[in-house]
Amino acid sequence: MSYTDDNGPMMTMDGKPLKRSLAIALRRQKVRALLLISPLLIFVLFTFLFPIASMLFRSVENDIVSEILPKTVVALHSWDAESGELPDEIVYSAFAGDLQRAAKAKDHTRVGLRLNYEKSGMASLFKKTARQAKKWDLEADTSFKAKLIETHKGWADIAVWQTLKTHSSRYTSGYFLNSIDMRKTVSGPEFQPEDRQILVTLFKRTLIISLVITMSCILLSYPVAWLLANLPMRQANLLMILVLLPFWTSLLVRTSAWKVMLQQQGVINDLLVALGMIEETGRLALINNQLGTVIAMTHILLPFMILPMYSVMQSIPPTYLRAAKSLGATNWTAFWRIYFPQSVPGIGAGSILVFILSIGYYITPEIVGGNKGVFISNRIAYHIFQSMNWGLAAALGTILLVAVLILYWAYDKIVGIDNVKLGG
Amino acid sequence: MQAISSAFIADEYKKICCLTRNAIFFHKERDVWENVMKFTKTVFATAALSLFAGLALAEEMTIVSWGGAYSKSQLKAYHEPYTANTGVTIINDESAGTAVPKLRAMNEAGNLTWDVVDVEAGPAMQLCDEGLAMEIDHDFMLADAPDGTLASVDFGDFIVSDCFIPQIVYSYTVGYRNDMVGSTPPTSICALFDTETYPGKRSLKKGALSNMEWALLCDGVAKADIYPMLETAAGQDQALAKLDTIKDDVIWWSAGADTPQLLADGEVVMGSTFNGRLFALIEEENQPVSMLWDGQIYDLDGWIIPTGLSPERQARALHYVRFATDTQRLADQSKWISYGPTRASSALLVDKHAELGIDMAPHMPTDPANSTNTFLMNYAFWADYKDDIESKFQAWLAQ
Repeated sequence: MSYTDDNGPMMTMDGKPLKRSLAIALRRQKVRALLLISPLLIFVLFTFLFPIASMLFRSVENDIVSEILPKTVVALHSWDAESGELPDEIVYSAFAGDLQRAAKAKDHTRVGLRLNYEKSGMASLFKKTARQAKKWDLEADTSFKAKLIETHKGWADIAVWQTLKTHSSRYTSGYFLNSIDMRKTVSGPEFQPEDRQILVTLFKRTLIISLVITMSCILLSYPVAWLLANLPMRQANLLMILVLLPFWTSLLVRTSAWKVMLQQQGVINDLLVALGMIEETGRLALINNQLGTVIAMTHILLPFMILPMYSVMQSIPPTYLRAAKSLGATNWTAFWRIYFPQSVPGIGAGSILVFILSIGYYITPEIVGGNKGVFISNRIAYHIFQSMNWGLAAALGTILLVAVLILYWAYDKIVGIDNVKLGG
Repeated sequence: MQAISSAFIADEYKKICCLTRNAIFFHKERDVWENVMKFTKTVFATAALSLFAGLALAEEMTIVSWGGAYSKSQLKAYHEPYTANTGVTIINDESAGTAVPKLRAMNEAGNLTWDVVDVEAGPAMQLCDEGLAMEIDHDFMLADAPDGTLASVDFGDFIVSDCFIPQIVYSYTVGYRNDMVGSTPPTSICALFDTETYPGKRSLKKGALSNMEWALLCDGVAKADIYPMLETAAGQDQALAKLDTIKDDVIWWSAGADTPQLLADGEVVMGSTFNGRLFALIEEENQPVSMLWDGQIYDLDGWIIPTGLSPERQARALHYVRFATDTQRLADQSKWISYGPTRASSALLVDKHAELGIDMAPHMPTDPANSTNTFLMNYAFWADYKDDIESKFQAWLAQ
């Protein structure tokens, strides 16, 4: 690949080929650049990419059962779960051995907790049985089937064994099925009973409310951004501070302030009653519902819409509008045909920011959303903090992540990502 | 997205930075300086301690608790005397609300920074089952009562798990606005469901626990039958059907401070919360609110010691817990907050509030006058059925 001409390779002053010198100089520069960004790179790797990868993995990982009850899992292979009959003695005695070892290692409760997500009562079933299992003599005793059933009648329940078998594989689709209101059973995936279906509703609601929030942010932000870009410097700076002040205020403070404003005995309702616009008994329900979530989140996310719009509008030369008008356009035509198309990249950038931020929001809906204005993130938080079902939380998070990526892709196809600008 | 981020950051940085730069620099400098001072002080203090007092351990421990008035009561009753006695500095970490997931994460990462953790009994059982909390030999590791009664007898039924070291009894109970209930203040928990006599909103916990029990109780189910019924789908449906009758009148809370706030604003006529929050609202903030002790559900709060501590840290954690749960210390805590001590021997020593000077005994959830109709949280039941009932409850809420 070396570059030569009739006089041989081009040389530098010190006699080395120019090509190589240049390559060395460039490589040095690259290494230096890499070293300079390496703290950030390592930081991103460990605080962003690695956790996301481990979260994705958790959504399918399911090694607790096969690790703690290995022999049982093997023995269950030969049992036909749909036969309607209990497994035979081999399975029971394998299970007794596994359970005794688990009880001594104090691992039995972990299997119990894992299986309790699938069938209520498994946690205590394992706990109670393990207490007895410690005393069994695996060599001398026989008929563990009778023994186990005598210890707890749960072991005579086919559903218990079916649950055990269904959830014994090392990797599972169970969490993903759960997150779309289905469940894994011996005869394949099934819908959850209707009174337990909630997650699909929440996914839909999250997307719809987020869209509403994005739309209302666009409507409110456009005039403000226009003013910011077109007012004289002095007023524009003041307005900018007004936009940024809430941006710097704690999220919790702002959300709580909305509570004070919107509740039935709150500022807005009091004002409306005082002005005689509504009756004392007919105070408006502005909070603890979807409306509350939309109002509070629109306010919180406004700066993310205004700032990109402003950056773009600032770079639109005012001469274009004047030129359009001098050529006979009305105010509206000048705006709609000349100004607006140039400001679209700002709208696009702001919408992506606001929409992606809002579908992941959880603290504001939790505080002002009541029961109908909460998002899927609130369920994720519940499964992380309360039920400790991290597998399901991971599956829900993965779906949310994929949904965002799909929307981003769709946006790229329809509007074009090159059309997104955050500055001149 | 790259174009977005770099351009956005550069641009916004220019705009925001000039305004805040001075402030940030000032803060940074001060923070750095303070850290240096703190560090120097710690170094000197540690050196002095190890040189003169001959203490080899790094005398610092991190205790996780709830913050607010509750942490203050622990600071006054436990931490301050403990530090005075032993010289151990106690760092109070206020993340008890997320203690269970955080402990699991710390355990997975193999980096345990907590020494003693304050949790409710239910989560304590979960931690115990996951092997994240250490098993406790209560008689051996905790102090006897002054008359020599063994700790396991003194705490009695409150030792609900092998890992749980009981501390206080609190309760989910209901408070109501005196000025909004007319001339007949409610005397029964079922006033929650009586929207005719007591119109207006009520605030209830955004979760199954407590609401399901009350719903069945007020639907005429005998107290002894409530938990067996909640094990069945029919029982769960019956409870939800009862809650359906007031669904539109309920504001659902997720933080313990919500109900006191809603009551103070007159937003609700009555609402459930922890009894200590209502005490603060009534006695400290003098709001026109009263307690409805009827049907209160007792819950327990206490300590656990995480597994995987080094032997020195574990020994110190045990030493602290032994001190903090002795008869006098538990009684002392009730001078600062209206939660009942879990030791039978402490109940007799409950005194006046340290700042308000009022008698604390009548404000304890365990006081005989307040406990004519009570539940003790059925931990075994909720450990089995929480996931199931909770998802049903949330699906019902979202309808």
